[in-house]
Amino acid sequence: MKILAVDSSGLVASVALVEDDNLIAEYTVHYKKTHSQTLLPMLDEIVKMTETDLAGIDAIAVAAGPGSFTGLRIGAATVKGLGLALDKPVVGVPTVEALAMNLYGAAGVLCPLMDARRDQVYTGIYRFAGGVLEMEKEPCAVPLEEILAALNVLGEPVTFLGDGVAVYRERIVQEMRIPCQFAPAHVNKQRASAVAVCAQRRMADGGYVSADDFSPIYLRLSQAERERKEREANGE
Amino acid sequence: MEKPTYILAIESSCDETSAAVVSDGRTVCSNVIYSQIDLHKLYGGVVPEIASRKHIEKINQVITQALKEADRTLQQMDAIAVTYGPGLVGALLVGVAEAKAIAYAAGKPLVGVHHIEGHIAANYIEHEDLEPPFICLVVSGGHTHLVRVEGYDRFEILGRTRDDAAGEAFDKVARAIGLEYPGGPAIDRLAREGNREAIPFPRARVEGNEYDFSFSGLKSAVLNYLNQCEMKKLEVNRADVAASFQYAVTDVLTTHAIHAVKESGLNRFALAGGVASNSALRASIKEACEREGIQFYYPSPVYCTDNAAMIGVAGYYEFIKGVRHGWDLNAVPNLKLGQRI
Repeated sequence: MKILAVDSSGLVASVALVEDDNLIAEYTVHYKKTHSQTLLPMLDEIVKMTETDLAGIDAIAVAAGPGSFTGLRIGAATVKGLGLALDKPVVGVPTVEALAMNLYGAAGVLCPLMDARRDQVYTGIYRFAGGVLEMEKEPCAVPLEEILAALNVLGEPVTFLGDGVAVYRERIVQEMRIPCQFAPAHVNKQRASAVAVCAQRRMADGGYVSADDFSPIYLRLSQAERERKEREANGE
Repeated sequence: MEKPTYILAIESSCDETSAAVVSDGRTVCSNVIYSQIDLHKLYGGVVPEIASRKHIEKINQVITQALKEADRTLQQMDAIAVTYGPGLVGALLVGVAEAKAIAYAAGKPLVGVHHIEGHIAANYIEHEDLEPPFICLVVSGGHTHLVRVEGYDRFEILGRTRDDAAGEAFDKVARAIGLEYPGGPAIDRLAREGNREAIPFPRARVEGNEYDFSFSGLKSAVLNYLNQCEMKKLEVNRADVAASFQYAVTDVLTTHAIHAVKESGLNRFALAGGVASNSALRASIKEACEREGIQFYYPSPVYCTDNAAMIGVAGYYEFIKGVRHGWDLNAVPNLKLGQRI
């Protein structure tokens, strides 16, 4: 099964082509240009380089969220457009799950962290059990302290990764009362190959949708909706 | 006869998700518009993040529907055209990323289109005889431009608003007199019951360029009038306020437009943009054009509102001229009229 995968959920733009247990190509860039300018040229590059006929892929995978709202939508619109033109299904993979997949087989628990602004992180807790990625805490947007407290309660060694580490590293070191480490450069940010690998299992389980029906998982309402709900809750 | 050129066009610059199929730049085969207005009414205006989210939800359905209604397949299209500015950046990005991916995967050329140039081009749909050069007034919620259309791709801006767009003034005044968003149609309706001579609101003069507009002073004058009535405990006749305000706007727009046409030596004038649906503005300009012997063009309401058909028309003229955009095309929220990126 051949899967084209895209991740533009954070600071990194990444595109990969994975067939079964073979990574055919991956292009990952962490640079100041916007995903809108980089993502499709990167896809074009790997398609040309590997002489791929996109009509031959089985599915298109995408980091569905959480993440930057605009970044998620650039990825979503890209895969929806590809899916529409190629008539292929879309597999949405939670961004933090794909990040955890980067650290295949690691001991202890894995905690992906993405800076979610407003003093929160997008995060979750994962672990590998017998080579299978399991979810300990589902993707969420919470204050950093809340996820660190949950990890301290779990009491298992933790590996942190994600672009939130750069923002919060000092606070993490201060507050963690159990051994923790930080993933190195080659696996500590989004990689589309990991999105593709997560999508393989979902394809087998029927966890895909039509390109028409796919939408990102924001985990948050827009500011206007949130404020309106607060006003209503206050009886205004 | 040669096979017609088909353009699949996509528009998502504000709160309408739209896709259309246009043949040879003049014939609309389909024009599907999903309007989000009801969602934004709750907030008294367009909320960019909500608009962007809705675009993502609806865009594929709208495109598929446009192809279906045109009875054409994606493979039969000659190019994909998309609005890449100006507009709300998050909203534009959805259409741009979608259009690029479709064009890329289907092996079709990509043509980026300027939203306002699309509004101007809307006039070509129903007026076979209309060709540049002519003078065009583009009035909408975000734009007020008086333009000399030199060619299908050449524009000279004669005048523009220095502050609020005309449609924006309508929205703000509508809110002040308790009408719902969008303010244009609401004021248009209420004004029919009022006396436009009741309150002499000011016609702003702008220093420096006789064709420029200013509507913030007029908006303040309306708000001051409402405040004074409240202080003096006078009852406000909302219909009179609506009619008098609308008269002040349409009067200035008409005067500038007619002046520009007469000075230009051209004999053709077109109206475009969301506010071009305003019945008082149409009537005012129609009357002035008849008096001056000027040919007057305006699109049907469906082509005045944001729609992809107009993008398909503008895109067609760019396409036949040889314009092609790359896979790195980005949304340009403040794209200038006539600017090419």
